[in-house]
Amino acid sequence: MTKIKNPYLPEMATVKEIIQETHNIKTFRVVLNNEQRMKDFKFEPGQVGQLSIFGVGESTFVINSTPTRMDYLQFSVMAAGEVTQRLHALQEGDEIGVRAPLGNWFPYEKMKGKDVVIVGGGIGMAPLRTLLLYMIDNRDDYGKITVIYGARTPQDLSYSYEFEEWAAAKDMNLVLTVDNEAPGWDHKVGLIPNILLEESPSPENTVAVTCGPPIMIKFTLQALKKLGFEDENIYTTLEKRMKCGVGLCGRCNIGSSYVCVDGPVYSFAELQKLPNEL
Amino acid sequence: MAKYLKQDDLGSWLKELGKTYKVIAPVEEGDAVIFRPLTDERTLRIDRQATQGPKGVLFPACEELVSFKYGKDPEKPEKVTVDIQETVDAEPTLIFGSRPCDARGFDVFDNAFTKCSVKDSYYMARREQAVVVSLACTKTETTCFCNWVGGAPDGKGGSDVLLTPITGGYLVESVTDKGAALLDSPLLSEATGEHTAEAEKLLAAARESLREAPDFKCVPEQLYNLFDNMDFWEKQAAKCLSCGACTYLCPTCHCFNITDEQQGNQGSRIRSWDNCMSRLFTEEASGHNPRPTKAHRLKNRVGHKFCYFPDMHEGHIACVGCGRCIKSCPVALDIREVVTAAKECRLPEEETADD
Repeated sequence: MTKIKNPYLPEMATVKEIIQETHNIKTFRVVLNNEQRMKDFKFEPGQVGQLSIFGVGESTFVINSTPTRMDYLQFSVMAAGEVTQRLHALQEGDEIGVRAPLGNWFPYEKMKGKDVVIVGGGIGMAPLRTLLLYMIDNRDDYGKITVIYGARTPQDLSYSYEFEEWAAAKDMNLVLTVDNEAPGWDHKVGLIPNILLEESPSPENTVAVTCGPPIMIKFTLQALKKLGFEDENIYTTLEKRMKCGVGLCGRCNIGSSYVCVDGPVYSFAELQKLPNEL
Repeated sequence: MAKYLKQDDLGSWLKELGKTYKVIAPVEEGDAVIFRPLTDERTLRIDRQATQGPKGVLFPACEELVSFKYGKDPEKPEKVTVDIQETVDAEPTLIFGSRPCDARGFDVFDNAFTKCSVKDSYYMARREQAVVVSLACTKTETTCFCNWVGGAPDGKGGSDVLLTPITGGYLVESVTDKGAALLDSPLLSEATGEHTAEAEKLLAAARESLREAPDFKCVPEQLYNLFDNMDFWEKQAAKCLSCGACTYLCPTCHCFNITDEQQGNQGSRIRSWDNCMSRLFTEEASGHNPRPTKAHRLKNRVGHKFCYFPDMHEGHIACVGCGRCIKSCPVALDIREVVTAAKECRLPEEETADD
């Protein structure tokens, strides 16, 4: 009998560190229990994984660490449903199941030699952080990097402990924004698409990558188009309800494209060809 | 080379095959005919289409994928550990008495589960050990439309052996090498020219009895064209109850859910059939649902079978025309009518242009 890999079998991993990012987002740094597997583990920036709490279920999250820093795999989780609530209850040292890497990734090879604009909203910064750190670690391969990251309030921004590192990278423009004025906030105030228009990055030899709530993505795409970005040079990641994560359970399709294998990363040009079912 | 099996020897042949295989066949269960392990206590029913096809033999309605057990590390009692085990339940199995449409359903499953980048190890383990002995249809029903979707009452796709009922017994033809091995039995004799002529005559009559197949070539493109025409889909879905009977009875529907069950410190990760006609199928944790109404969901079901699946699998339609979704639909929603309406629907701009 042919023995093939069981695509549903998670690997056991241990939570090494938990970071409270915001009131409802926690970051988990996990290491596979099998040392050799952890050493051999390969993934690409933008790929996702399924985290398991046995007895509760699995949910999909982006691996928001970078393959250039393989000390751990990092996942940021917003408490929303049953699995995420239980993930939030984890303690350092607890074991979880991991099925990763799954899905496609940001076209970081094609982006080489170009300027990059990253536009993130709320938890949508998680997949973008992966790409950002990857580019920081391969800094000379990319041109100017503009990061526009916003959230409702300063307390809703994740990864604030890293902003200094991001801002210090060569040829970097880090723009932070919140929806309303807040005590002690000395960055931008305003909605992300407006701030993007205000910053007005040149579309010339530039790739834009965006992720955030659907409404933010919608208006960010409009702003990018207004700035003159071509559909082929705009990328986003899509969220869908997923179960198997490997293109078999038939749940996350948009037409004949399965977000769990053909995505989560799509160019705006690719999205235009798919049925309108976001 | 065809063989002949006498009706009186069918039971003995199945008993003989039962030494190598677990034999699953359509048997009476109340008013229904269901595929179950064949035992002396059960009555074989192959004179009519089974209420439900045999897809569950290779893709169970509910199965354990992984078992897990929580424990304590004796070295560090404060630390909870989890032990997980994969569960694959596969044994040599003979599916007897499937109809050609049902057997073609396994072709769809093969495409979906074994020909993609990631393969379903559970389905594959069972499929490799399964042999399918189908029974050609010499009688058809008004709900049958296998000929519309590339099948036939004597279609061989997905089968290893095809039996055609003739006077006093069956014409037995092997379709695959796996099937040929089953014909190596002293209970079977060489078929005569009379046997094959009679079978061909009966099958020609069966083919003739089906409604003429419409040309479905333009259907995928038309379904894409109609994607945003919610008036069309709302009209088609108006009487649908979202009960999902169509998906559970369909020989090609293969969508599933994965859920966990736990009792005490141990439990199972379970895979079970799921139903795209249910609202919860695509509802996200945020509350957003890309298919919020039954019209959106019917559009996806029809689109998947006649448009998306053919897109992904070299034109292979994910419907075998068994007609169970029509026969068992509580409101008589007829997928043939939906596809035909889509095929014939003129888009609003076309209507305007002609006016």
